[in-house]
This record gives sequence, structure tokens and C-alpha cells, in this order.
Amino acid sequence: MSAAEELLAASSLEVARDGDHLTLQFVGDWTTRELARHDAALRGLDPAGARTVALDLSHCGAVDSAGAWILDRTLENLKGKGLEVTLVGVPPAVERLMDTVAARHVECPPAPKVDNPLVAVALRLGRETVRISREATDLLSFLGLTIIVLARSLAMPWRIRLTALVSQMEQTGLNALPIVGLISFLVGVVLAYQGADQLAQFGAQIFTVNLVAVGILREMGILLTAIIVAGRSGSAFTAQIGTMKVNEEVDAMRTLGLDPMEVLVMPRVIALVLVMPLLTFYADIMGLLGGAVMATIVLDISFFQFARQLNDAVTVETLAVGIVKAPFFAFIIGMVGCYEGLQVSRSAESVGQQTTRAVVESIFLVIVLDALLSIFFSVIGF
Amino acid sequence: MAVIEGTNTGQKPGQGTTANGESRRASPVLSIEGLRTQFGPTVIHDNLDFSVQPGEVMGVVGGSGTGKSVLIRTIIGLNKQAAGRITVFGRDLAGLSAAETMAMQARWGVLFQDGALFSSLTVAQNIEVPMKEHSDLSPALRRELIDVKVSMVGLPPDAAHKYPAELSGGMRKRAGLARALALDADILFLDEPTAGLDPIGAANFDLLIGDLQKALGLTVVMVTHDLDSLYAICDRVSVLVNKRVKVGTIEELMREPDPWIQEYFGGPRGRAAAGSAEQAGATETGPAQ
Repeated sequence: MSAAEELLAASSLEVARDGDHLTLQFVGDWTTRELARHDAALRGLDPAGARTVALDLSHCGAVDSAGAWILDRTLENLKGKGLEVTLVGVPPAVERLMDTVAARHVECPPAPKVDNPLVAVALRLGRETVRISREATDLLSFLGLTIIVLARSLAMPWRIRLTALVSQMEQTGLNALPIVGLISFLVGVVLAYQGADQLAQFGAQIFTVNLVAVGILREMGILLTAIIVAGRSGSAFTAQIGTMKVNEEVDAMRTLGLDPMEVLVMPRVIALVLVMPLLTFYADIMGLLGGAVMATIVLDISFFQFARQLNDAVTVETLAVGIVKAPFFAFIIGMVGCYEGLQVSRSAESVGQQTTRAVVESIFLVIVLDALLSIFFSVIGF
Repeated sequence: MAVIEGTNTGQKPGQGTTANGESRRASPVLSIEGLRTQFGPTVIHDNLDFSVQPGEVMGVVGGSGTGKSVLIRTIIGLNKQAAGRITVFGRDLAGLSAAETMAMQARWGVLFQDGALFSSLTVAQNIEVPMKEHSDLSPALRRELIDVKVSMVGLPPDAAHKYPAELSGGMRKRAGLARALALDADILFLDEPTAGLDPIGAANFDLLIGDLQKALGLTVVMVTHDLDSLYAICDRVSVLVNKRVKVGTIEELMREPDPWIQEYFGGPRGRAAAGSAEQAGATETGPAQ
């Protein structure tokens, strides 16, 4: 087909009636690009009393498989209405194409019906409930498995993969320093500013230091760190292990006699348990620093005064209450991240789904555990 | 559009009259001049010339790392060439506007290795994607055309609403082929269409491609390692050696002195494929004689 021909190539359908004889003349190119204009006309074609129909193809140009299908469908439709149909002037190639298309044609079953929206909501609610309860049990057994493998690793420390462990510590700990530091610093600033605003009403600005210190050391430092780590490292665990699952790397590992729990899960969980307390301590310091900077600028409390007030306000125990939670949170985040990674099925979409799930679940579990621990600490009088 | 001209009966170039053959040779659908591709300092193709005639099945072979897939990826615009001109349907691809590039993309279909189906869509939805993007067909007609494509590539009808992950490798390739043909492309690029299929599945896929090529008048460029495919459906073969291509029929290529080509066609596998192709030819033409 030359460029000039292509420019002229437009199709038309001419319908001529002569008594009870109907002629459909197909002119020009009948190709996918052209069909949209004629489909409705052909579909709604009303023979209106005609008894014989001729499909005249002598003026048609190029016909592709979609065009052949339309011609064939029209032919069968008219025959189905009890009319006598003849094809006129069909180029042999087009006839062959029509035959090929018709001979192979099978209709696909209709797409599965979409349920009534109310039923769909109920269905989804039920399905999700079952899924969540099943996932809770699975996660619980994964927790057991992780603890067993962890205990075994600790009993035989030479089986811990040192290179992987150090590399994970670098990725989850060292590389997280900038973002954890920045966010803790800013939260310290915000706490100090908001606290000072309220406390000034009683003329008790100096207690801003107490607010910042207790707030950051007991709760904010560890929670912020946990949430950042869950978003940063928990999701990375799921995506890494999930992609390995998609590529069948995890299966390959099993056939080589390597236990994915030992090779993939342990270095990640142990690394996180080791670095999370350090990160939390760092977050605490940065948070206090943020509070101190804000106090100096807005409240005219000097660094020296801040330090003295801090000394009165908190003890080492306050710091310990925050940091002691870190390994537990780290364990949860690492375990959930690895678990969801191993749940990935063999599609790219499922990697995304499981990653989202890992982040949401680990943050949820961390906050639930934090609430439980708060109650526990207040009961035992810390 | 893969088209069959009303007046021209879609003969293969080798079977046409000499005059016809010459007129075809005058306007190749795809031609490459002086192509050079490189990744960093590694030069893959250098001063490569290549052309494909309308209605021809062109096989592309070569050792691992000689840039067979890269050649196809460069033609369809997924790789940028360092130098050279690629002309498709007489248009230089480098000079096309964004809209013209889109129109050009609708005229070629690509089957990637393992199908590259969109994993979040069913087979039917995969086939519908190019139709929705590049044409204004009504939903009803799209559904009918999906039926047409699904049946043409020989997929069972119930596969239409399955997701790619639920299909076997061979079915994924057929589904990928259906998507590549969704708009009745003129040129079909196939990247190792039979790799990873069992011999029977591979032979069936070869037959399917040959069938569709004849029925739809397609021009096919296929990268392959499969000698049986070459003998079964390719009119001419391009061999990538020394960063360039040597083009010819298999008989012509066997006369080439290049050691890789000699080893490829003359080695045990090459001879076996030639033998089985001869046998198939004999049984096919036997009763007629």
C-alpha cells in the first residue's frame, strides 16, 4: 500500500434497494481503523421486506481480519433472518481470509458476572474476615518458627550469616540515620513550641523541658523510629524477598539445601533487633536537641538551664523505658516484613500488595504493643 | 493494518513472478542503514544494513550476546541507536512526531519472550488494551474482535477470562501473540517465540505463525534459536556475525565460509533440523506427485 493510496483509503457502505432485492456495497478499506464508523449501521441493518441480498465486494480495497469478521458476521446475520445472501466480486484473498476467520471462530464465554453491590460488600467483608483471621494464625505460627530458628541460630552462632547481617545493619541502621534524625529533631521542635504555648498560660514555661524530655524519651523517640523503620526497612524486606519469590530464587535456595529462614529472614530480623535500640537512642538525642534549640530561641532557656532542668525531670529509667521496647518492635517489624515477602505469589502485582500489607500490619502491631506496654509499665510502677 | 490487497493474492515473495519479486524488492517495509548500537564502550552492531520485504518471514539468528534482541528493541524504539537510519513503511523513524510514532506503533505488533502480558489484567483485557488505546471501536465490537483474536491464535475460549499467572507458558505466548495482533499489525516482531516450549508445542506455534502469516499477509521478523522454526517458516535468515548481518536463504547461508554459520547450520542439530524439514516437505508433497 503506497502512501498516496493510504491517504485516499477511506471506506463507505452503500445500501441500494431494488424491490425485494437489497445490495450492500462495501467500498474502500475495511480495516480495524475504519470499522468503528460502520459497525452500528451493519448491526442495525433492517432488510425491510427484502428477500435476496447481495454483498458486493468488488470495490473494496484492503481487508484485515477484523474487516473479514464484520463481513462474515453480516453474512451470517442476514442468513439467520431467512434471506438469500450472495457474495459478489469477492477477491480470492479476502474470501480465504473470511473462511479462515469463520472456520476458527469460537465465542468466548461471557466475563464472570459482577455481583450485586450489596452482596459484593457482604462477600468482601466475609472474605476479608476469613483472610485476616487466617493471616493472624499464619503470622502466629511464623512467629513460632522465627523464634525456633532464632534460638537455633543463637545456639550455633557460627551459622549466622555475618556478611548478610552486617550489610542489613548498614542498610537498616546506618542509612536510616539522616531521616530518623531529621524527623526526631523536628518533632522535638514541635513539642517544645506547642508545650511552651500552653504552659506559658500558667507561667510554667520551664516545664516545657519536662514535657519534651518525658514525651521524647518514653514514647515519641521509639514510636517515630519504629514507624520510620517499618516504612523504610519493613517494606524493603517484603519487596526484596517478594521479588526473589517471583523469580523462583527462594525455591532455588530450598533445592540447594539452604533454608530461606536462615538465609533471608534471620539476618534481617537480627540486624533490625540490633540496630533499632541504637536508632532509638539516636532519635532520643536528636529529639531533645530539637527541644533544646526551640527552648533557646523562643523561651530564652539557655542550653545550660535546659540541661539542669532535664536532669531534674528524668532519670535513666525514663530513657530505658523507651529503649527497652525497641528490640520487641524491631522483631515485629522484621518478622512481618519477611513473612509478607514470603507470602508473595508469582506476580508483580502481589509484591505491591504484600508490601502495603507489611507496612500497615507492622505499624498496627507496633502501636498495639506500645499501648499494652504502657499499661504494663504503669502497673509495675515505672 | 495487516491487509490483503483485494487485487493482489498475497503470494510469498519467493513464489511470485520475477517482475513481482523485483517490484517488492524496490520498497522494503523495513530497512536499516549503517546501524550502530553500543552500551558504554561495548559496540553491539556496527554499520549494519538490514531490510525486510513485505510478506516475508525473516529469521534472525546469532550466538548469545550478538545482539539479536537488541536489534529488534532498537527497531521498535526501546533502544536508542548510536548512529544509522531505520526506515519503516518508507518513513524514517527518527523524524516522526509523537503522534506519528503512536500511529506507527499501531502498525507493528511485538511478542516479547514469555508474552509480557500485563499480570493484573485477564487475557481478554490484555487484548483489549491496544484496541482501546488506538481505535474507537465500540465495546460490543471489541468483545467480538477479542473472540476473533482468541480463536485465531488457538486459545481455548475459557482462557479469555484467566489471568496470565493461571496460564501455561505456551498459552501465555499465544495470548501475547493475540495482543500483538489486536490491531491487525502489518509487521510482527517475535522475540524467541518458541523458547521454553516443548517440541510439540514449539512445532504447533511455528505452524500457527506460518498460518497467520499466510492468512493475514503479515511481515514477520523473528529472533530465534530454534533451527526447526527456521526451516519450517522462515523465507530468509539473517545471521548476526561480526556486528553485522549476513542475509540469505538457508541454502545460500550454508555456502558462507564463516565458521559460526558453518557450525550452526552444519552441526548435528542443524543437520537434524534440515533432515526433518526435508521429511516434512516430502510427506506434504508426496500424495500430490
